[in-house]
Amino acid sequence: MLELYETNVSSRLLLGTARYPSPTILADAARASKTEILTVSLRRETAGGKQGGAFFEMIRDLGTRILPNTAGCHTASEAVLTARMAREVFGTNWIKLEVIGHQDTLQPDVFALVEAARILSADGFEVFPYTTDDLVVGERLIEAGCRVLMPWCAPIGSAIGPQNIPALRSMRAHFPDIPLIVDAGLGRPSHAALVMELGFDAVLLNTAVANAGDPVRMAGAFAKAIEAGHSGYQAGLLEPRDMAVPSTPVIGKAVFS
Amino acid sequence: MRVLIKGAGVAGLAVAHELAVSGIKVEIVDTASGVGTGASGFAGGMLAPWCERESAPETVLTLGRRAADWWDAALPGQVVRRGTLVVAPARDGAELRRFASRTSGFEWLDEAGIASLEPALAGRFRQALFFCKEAYLDPRAALTGLHRKLLGEGVSFRFGAEQDEEHPGFDRIVDCTGHGRINLTKDLRGVRGEMLYLQTPEVTLSRPVRLLHPRIPLYIVPRGNGLFMVGATMIESADDGPITARSLMELLNAAYALHPAFGEAQLVETGTGVRPAFPDNLPRVFESDGRIFVNGFYRHGFLLAPAMAQEVAEHIQTPGMSTAYPTLKTLRHNPREGVRL
Repeated sequence: MLELYETNVSSRLLLGTARYPSPTILADAARASKTEILTVSLRRETAGGKQGGAFFEMIRDLGTRILPNTAGCHTASEAVLTARMAREVFGTNWIKLEVIGHQDTLQPDVFALVEAARILSADGFEVFPYTTDDLVVGERLIEAGCRVLMPWCAPIGSAIGPQNIPALRSMRAHFPDIPLIVDAGLGRPSHAALVMELGFDAVLLNTAVANAGDPVRMAGAFAKAIEAGHSGYQAGLLEPRDMAVPSTPVIGKAVFS
Repeated sequence: MRVLIKGAGVAGLAVAHELAVSGIKVEIVDTASGVGTGASGFAGGMLAPWCERESAPETVLTLGRRAADWWDAALPGQVVRRGTLVVAPARDGAELRRFASRTSGFEWLDEAGIASLEPALAGRFRQALFFCKEAYLDPRAALTGLHRKLLGEGVSFRFGAEQDEEHPGFDRIVDCTGHGRINLTKDLRGVRGEMLYLQTPEVTLSRPVRLLHPRIPLYIVPRGNGLFMVGATMIESADDGPITARSLMELLNAAYALHPAFGEAQLVETGTGVRPAFPDNLPRVFESDGRIFVNGFYRHGFLLAPAMAQEVAEHIQTPGMSTAYPTLKTLRHNPREGVRL
């Protein structure tokens, strides 16, 4: 079980809802992934939040928990406003906080992120901040009230997979009690397995599934990889060594020469 | 037999044409003041089922590949068959390979190939995909052309009709009111699309060009006289309000990326249409309360209206098929057999 703000979930895959070929395929992918948390962009998909009702209804009908996000926000105040709108539309205190600092790489603006996280946490939100793998930023976010961190492992939608594994290891080591969810940059199931083997608690995916040739099948593939990586981590992985180690003792074996 | 068609968009006009050529007496009513005031008038008019296959199911290709011939027969001279060019900025080469892996009916072009097809794009892109079988038309010219043709075929039109008026005296009623059915037809939703028209004498394109980008794919369709239609956003919303600053910026940015001379073009129009869509983004024909409904064309109005219209006409003229029939959804699994109502 994974505990996120006093809520227990058994699936360690969080799934985004943007850019699927159709809502039907999104629904099938969500079911195949067995996800219990779908993240929904209030801003991009609604042109103002008033409309988009039918799409939201379809997502609600899937029966998962909804994690609204502030995708596309570039300032703390925009993100705070979007979060408050999302709370009304979806009736949840959960918010995946994204404040984009760089239009091209979609890198988070960590300064505005900390500021928005502080305002929203004080306002009763349970904030899931999309951040970098910077430890100090992570500490500031926790001081601001966050009890989950969502570091990227590569730029959003890039599909290149973990770029700085030592930084991810170090993050895990520094925040042993904070749920860490890799958000952004994963391309293939093996990437997800790798970050789970590093001890991350969960993975958030969107493009890697939505833009796959067969999103439904890819959702299932990621689900298996995430589970495998997590089990592997829990089972205790062997540390690699630079020489062969025979699995049966050599001493005492018969010698034929 | 007298048939009433509600809605004078591309679906209604296509159904009317199919019925009229079979000798059926048709009347079209619309609450608007003319044809194509809904999403149809903001369409790209691309008859590009091979490209659409990138994200659409096989059905769209199976049904859509007949569209160019249908429009050509209905409106001789309006269909331009010069294919579609698909390009991507050098750093988004992966998008081009992804597009190629999901589609068929194209050839790879190098710089020289691009330059020979579209001299204006010479030296701007290293690689492109060319879908030579595709075609396009000008939706507004097609809608007014079809209106005129239908008048000649004896179809009567009544514009400015009341929303809920009664329609006695008709044998069949076909509802083609598109996004007007959102909130009335189960599972029908709106997908907002924003577009704009640019005018510049400095760029010449002779076919639709699609510019791939991981976040903001767009197309530019030449309309002649230096006019270019740039589209279109895909936003999960039934809001038909004016284009947002963000969408405008993204569309213009992409046009500028295709050719910097678009930076000097005049922005002569922006528009928003709400595409009606079912959850699988495929159109459906179904009967309910004694009416036939054709809806959910999503972004494939001009592409799929001919096939849907043919099926509606076939259905109306086939006796003994009036009870509830399955929707087109079943077709997803058996595309080769055509549409069975």
